[in-house]
Amino acid sequence: MKRFALGLMAALMMSAAQAEPTATGDLGLVIERATGSVLLVDQSDRAALARIEGLGDLSHASLVYSPDERFAYVFGRDGGLTKVDIVTRQIAGRVVQAGNAIGGAISDDGELVAVSNYEPGGVRVFDADTLEMVADIPTGSKTIGLVDAPGRRFVFTMWDTGETWIADFVGGAPEITKIEDMGRNPYDALITANGRTYITGLFGEDGLTALDLWSDSPEPIRVLPGYGRGQEEMPVYKMPHLEGWALTGREFVLPAVGHPQVLWVDAETLTETGRTQTHGQPVFAMARPDGRQVWVNFAHPLNDTIQVIDSVSKQIIHEFKPGPAVLHMEFTPRGHEVWISVRDANKVMVYDTQTFEKLREIEAESPSGIFFTARAHRTGL
Amino acid sequence: MGSVAHKRLGRRPTLGGREAPSHGEGRALPGVAAGRSGWAARAVLTTALLVATSAFAADVLDPNALKRLVHQDCGSCHGLTLKGGLGPDLRAQNLQHYDVDVLTGVILDGIPDTAMPPWRPLVTEEEAEWIAHYLLEPEDQ
Repeated sequence: MKRFALGLMAALMMSAAQAEPTATGDLGLVIERATGSVLLVDQSDRAALARIEGLGDLSHASLVYSPDERFAYVFGRDGGLTKVDIVTRQIAGRVVQAGNAIGGAISDDGELVAVSNYEPGGVRVFDADTLEMVADIPTGSKTIGLVDAPGRRFVFTMWDTGETWIADFVGGAPEITKIEDMGRNPYDALITANGRTYITGLFGEDGLTALDLWSDSPEPIRVLPGYGRGQEEMPVYKMPHLEGWALTGREFVLPAVGHPQVLWVDAETLTETGRTQTHGQPVFAMARPDGRQVWVNFAHPLNDTIQVIDSVSKQIIHEFKPGPAVLHMEFTPRGHEVWISVRDANKVMVYDTQTFEKLREIEAESPSGIFFTARAHRTGL
Repeated sequence: MGSVAHKRLGRRPTLGGREAPSHGEGRALPGVAAGRSGWAARAVLTTALLVATSAFAADVLDPNALKRLVHQDCGSCHGLTLKGGLGPDLRAQNLQHYDVDVLTGVILDGIPDTAMPPWRPLVTEEEAEWIAHYLLEPEDQ
């Protein structure tokens, strides 16, 4: 017994000596959609570190990070909300909170995690620490475009009813402001990095709708009415995503619905400043963090290709085919590299954004979303 | 010690020295919905290619490729497991009141005023029918 105790103590001391603190600032997670797992990756080493399994149906999954960059909250399609500890590389908690979910957000103070649901339609809000539900907000509609806004608020929009709601959690129980008439069938939304402008893309009509969240009573502002969505109906094989709409200098760039174009919009006046014809219907149009380049991927069946647009000239400066089914792109926080998930090649590929040279291929099972921890400090991500 | 390369900017009209490769439709055209004919032509071409490819393979439908299409691409709206998303639940138990012809028609021509697009440009009638059978009786395929 004594020998055992000594041995145990020696083992503990040894592991304590080896236990360096884990720095998480350059880590990230890759969603492996078919296997219900996430791959922990190291951005600096361009390497996979560990696979964490048991997260359920991760098709169309996304995640947000806690402010200390230790925990990821993974939103699964099956309604699962899984808290992953990237330091211990284990699942720290999991609830199945609905039947069919579409995404989530974390409050600016990191205390609340919200999930938007298709079925039952609405938003549920959880304690980030314990994953206990603190609020249930039924909306009577499939709910999309959920983002965090400054001041312990969440903003989200209804596909069926075309309303946007702002839920303010400053006082504990949510206070809800409803904005009607945002437009027909909003399919996704984003909030600008400063937390001021919320913009939702419309599937059912021609244009987008913005809200000024600095206003005491925000009113719908029509953006690009008649940009072409409704002139000639084009089949849309995959809804575009709006997450990547970053500011490029003074403009936003965003994917057109149904047309092989990205649209440039003046951030001040919300009027169109240009269009760039693209290879196919864009899914993501993501600005490099400095805004100088925009990387675009495309819907099936042209989803093997990426085009890079220069944001000054609005010209395509590079086009290449990483492989079958390019699903997502994530830039390193300062934009020198981009990680690209190529689902049907079962690989994540890392490219230099200046030379466009491929730097590394990392094995992953049907990879989709890639999320670096630096997102922890960005509003709307 | 390596020598330092000096580069003087602003003297030559080609600032930065690198010219963007020209791209047929890459120019920004403010306010003009240009390129539709290009898109249409490309769509036709794509369709023609697909039809040609499919025609070669007329008797050999590729079930694995079609299953992948159903789960990955239909799945972007209907869910990887087909239990629904922005689009409705497509699991067999929810489709039994439709027959193969109706489902085939919906796949080929879409449903107007909804997000369901016509897949006719991308799949043949035989492929659409295979998918309809697969949705109704996944075990048999």
